Amino acid sequence: MSIKLNSRQVGDVTVVDLAGRITLGEGSSTMRDALRDQLAKGNKKILLNLGEVSYIDSSGIGELVSAFTTVTNQGGQLKLLGLNKRIKDLLQITKLYTVFEVHDDESAAVRSFS
Amino acid sequence: MNLREEGETEIVNQFLDSTLESVDQAESIIMEAAEKAGFEEDDMHKIGMAARECMVNAVVHGNRYNTNKKVHLAVSAGRDTLTIRISDEGEGFEASNLPDPLAEENLLSHSGRGIFLIRAFMDEVDIHPVSPHGTEVTLVKKKSLS
Repeated sequence: MSIKLNSRQVGDVTVVDLAGRITLGEGSSTMRDALRDQLAKGNKKILLNLGEVSYIDSSGIGELVSAFTTVTNQGGQLKLLGLNKRIKDLLQITKLYTVFEVHDDESAAVRSFS
Repeated sequence: MNLREEGETEIVNQFLDSTLESVDQAESIIMEAAEKAGFEEDDMHKIGMAARECMVNAVVHGNRYNTNKKVHLAVSAGRDTLTIRISDEGEGFEASNLPDPLAEENLLSHSGRGIFLIRAFMDEVDIHPVSPHGTEVTLVKKKSLS
């Protein structure tokens, strides 16, 4: 299954709901293109909702990191929401839990943006 | 390093095209083999992920999507182990020269985590050149004690 993506506004935060597998190829490029579109619209507070993402490979992790650096370099903030245990473990062993701000609750995540 | 257990039975031996579709195909084949061999779901996930990373390396970095080059996949099962061999026909690489993805200066790198994840998820990993050219990676997963 490839990735499905939907973007919505909650206040001034753009929530990007992702579902499926973020792997090398279509999954990674779909996410990259969507974030580029949001930044082009001036939306710089981005909450990536991975609640329905079942699987991420190293290429998908690379895309998350690239998204984080791209948004941060443009003065924005990118945070993660709803990671399953395996994706949390993946971020732990790659030490990226120290890089990303991760939330379990959407309302709290939206409020956390400055 | 003991990378092959006595009495292993070969259950997969095939050549795959150097495409991303082959990565998905190999992942399915290996997951099925792991399930039949009696691995639990969590270990199956680790096996599938390591095998996928290994296949991506073979297709993308080894064979560079070259349609004239194949990826060889062999899977064998022992009483308590699953052994996966994936080889490409590429130029080869020196695994010891790969940067540490956990180093502060590499944490925000876009790539370079594949081999690290393979080592994290499998019990034994051996990377060696094959003749006349290419790289073979052998992955071994042992069944968790329940």
